[in-house]
Amino acid sequence: MRPGTAEEAAELLRVLGEEGRPVRPCGGGTKPWGPVLEGADVETGALDRILEHNVGDFTAVLEAGVRLADAQDAFAHHGQMLALDPALDGEATVGGVMATSDSGPLRHRYGSMRDLVVGVTVALSDGTLARSGGKVIKNVAGYDLAKLFTGSFGTLGLIVRVAVRLHPLPPATATAAGASDDPERLGAAARALAALPLEADCLDLDWRHGTGRLLVRFGSAAAGDQAATTVKRMGDLGLEGCAVLEDDDELWMAQRVHQRGDCVLKVSGRASDLPDVCRAAGAVVGRPALGLYWLSLPPDAGAVAAAREALLPRACTLLDAPEALRADAWAAPDPGALAVMARVKERFDPARIFRPGTFVGGI
Amino acid sequence: MDGRLAERLRAIVGADWCYTAEHQLRTYESDGLLQYSELPAVAVLPGSAEQVRACVKACADAGVPWVARGSGSGLSGGALPVADGVLIVTSRMKRVLEVDLDNQRVCVEPGVTNTAVSTAVAPDFFYPPDPSSQIVCSIGGNVAENSGGAHCFKYGFTTNYVCGLEVVLPDGELVTLGGRELDPPGYDLLGAFVGSEGTLGIATKVWLRVLPAPETVKTLVAFFDSTHAAGEAVSQIVQAGVVPGAIEMMDRTAIEASEQMAHAGYPVGRGAALLVELDGAERECEARFDEVVALCERCGSDDVRVARDETERQLFWKTRKAAFPAMGRISPNYFVQDGVIPRTKLPDVLEAIDGLAEEYGMVVANVFHAGDGNLHPLVCFDGRNAGEAERAEELSGRILDACLEAGGSITGEHGVGIDKKKHMPKMFGEPDLDAFQRLRCSFDPAGLANPGKVMPTPRLCGEVPGVYRQHPLEAAGLAERF
Repeated sequence: MRPGTAEEAAELLRVLGEEGRPVRPCGGGTKPWGPVLEGADVETGALDRILEHNVGDFTAVLEAGVRLADAQDAFAHHGQMLALDPALDGEATVGGVMATSDSGPLRHRYGSMRDLVVGVTVALSDGTLARSGGKVIKNVAGYDLAKLFTGSFGTLGLIVRVAVRLHPLPPATATAAGASDDPERLGAAARALAALPLEADCLDLDWRHGTGRLLVRFGSAAAGDQAATTVKRMGDLGLEGCAVLEDDDELWMAQRVHQRGDCVLKVSGRASDLPDVCRAAGAVVGRPALGLYWLSLPPDAGAVAAAREALLPRACTLLDAPEALRADAWAAPDPGALAVMARVKERFDPARIFRPGTFVGGI
Repeated sequence: MDGRLAERLRAIVGADWCYTAEHQLRTYESDGLLQYSELPAVAVLPGSAEQVRACVKACADAGVPWVARGSGSGLSGGALPVADGVLIVTSRMKRVLEVDLDNQRVCVEPGVTNTAVSTAVAPDFFYPPDPSSQIVCSIGGNVAENSGGAHCFKYGFTTNYVCGLEVVLPDGELVTLGGRELDPPGYDLLGAFVGSEGTLGIATKVWLRVLPAPETVKTLVAFFDSTHAAGEAVSQIVQAGVVPGAIEMMDRTAIEASEQMAHAGYPVGRGAALLVELDGAERECEARFDEVVALCERCGSDDVRVARDETERQLFWKTRKAAFPAMGRISPNYFVQDGVIPRTKLPDVLEAIDGLAEEYGMVVANVFHAGDGNLHPLVCFDGRNAGEAERAEELSGRILDACLEAGGSITGEHGVGIDKKKHMPKMFGEPDLDAFQRLRCSFDPAGLANPGKVMPTPRLCGEVPGVYRQHPLEAAGLAERF
């Protein structure tokens, strides 16, 4: 099913709600995360218009099915970007990225979708079409439902329209890189770099095959100079092979690609967890200043359980994985918070058709 | 109110921290928005999360509404007490519980002031959201209002820095939303709670992200013949890809009033003053600063003053921050509005405001966070003249209409509270308000937390699923069923 307008989507969902048919909202279909559910796919592919690009205001209003890559092309034409660079953006849609709260290296500076979205329109299972926020970058009128729907994995309603804040495209980029095969040293260096007022766009960990490096990317007219200064710091912090990489696009594309795989466990942790995550997995992409790590694991239940065990009490979410493993994708929320989440689900999805039973705690 | 609830509350917090006498309650009758006042039946000042929980539970058991209050500096009447209800004041809870600079986290109690958070992590780190009232306003209040400040164009708002909350829900349950880590499992209840204006519960512990303090700060003030020219400079600066830490504008009236108070040597009679502050990495800052100076001159400024040192920078800011209090020198009373517009609509909306001021024969001074289009028109009036307050109120409402017509919002940082709830239907339709109510009911089905705020008309929560029971407010004819 492919509604062509927000109103059509709401009407379709009302009917499906009355029938009690389970629904799986679907954008580009690039992120088959969470438990599998047999249900009707409601695709956003026909909701693919960029409704507004307010160049002077650095804002845009997009239908949920707009491909992120297409939106970025349109913004780049005016020297702007949506500062969001999740792993694979070929077919990924704005709505899908929002529903999964997927993010990439730029999150270090700009935050994730929750920090960039300024308004949302959603269609609910009783046919309600509701809007929260607006299209200005500062606004506290009403409740912030955009954040509630960000990362809700299609379990509350269908995101049909999104208003976002944009940022200027950097005039130049350069990356400082420094390596070590000692996780403790990498961890200490990452914390030291994160504590400096570098104003870097990205600060990533790339750990593979028992060795790793820290990558610090600058996006400004003075990027080369900033990277050179950072390389000196990296040397002082005991990293090896420190160098400035001017032609750095491929390097950062690789960081994004390595966030995906056969079996990827995302860790909500701390900067100080870096050595532990390196010891828990053969390959890790990390945003150490944010405490977020994506671990590539062998696609079997034992490996996932062992990594989770090693990283207790951190919350670990299984993203890419074989279907059999995805039944157990989520970490357990605080029990009190889970009770509120269950009530949120009841209120927003009264027909209980949006991916029922597939979210945390069986919501 | 049933005297037994007051007794129970007194037993929880101790007699010294439970007020029921009128002279004690007067202290709390208003928040920063003085045109509204109301006496609660009881005010309590709990000293711990457990005491807050017990107080809320006592209210829940008695079916009595309550309002949370931090420092009471809010500007939308959000902490206005409910008559015959309970006021829970967090000002005694002001401990900094944990400073973990290695992970760039701070954990504080809700009564800690905004400034105290930055002080706790200084000099290497800082807490970016900086409302003008930062010396007195509490973090709990900042969480409730999603407070901004002069530096939020670059750094974002409270909601971008809160990573965890311990919250007492309106039924008296103590829950933890998020924590030190980002992306906790499940729905982003944290994002829903921050900015909910005290209607979803009361925060008893707050985990915040802090950032490394910028290497350098450079500040200038440029004078223009008109707000139109200054607005053009703002547009060109932002278009050039510069993201200033702060970019603030004052119009002729605001300059005149502020100068009388701050004595910074601002040229009275100029049409607009633009304060621009760049912060960040030294090299980038220097290069961008020269660009900003050139853009201001190109847009018609013949008087650009660069702060030579921290003292002069403070003086520039003093003048900006004096704008609200200084208005008292040129007008006996004023209303502050908090509308937001898309930045490019600035000239149109300022023109509309000028037209309205003329139509009403009133003075409207303008002070605004120009980067994010957040206007603070100050509508001046003399409350001693019959009908003037009402006309000023009407004019304020029409300014908000102009903001909405331009595609903006009725409030950028002060919140809806009691003051702007009547304007909510202009911005949101019935289905939108219905969705808001779903969230509220998920947290507070009994409708006891800060009732009568945010939503334009009182609503009750239908039970899902369940048997219909009449709510006491409904029985009293005070609310209609949602």
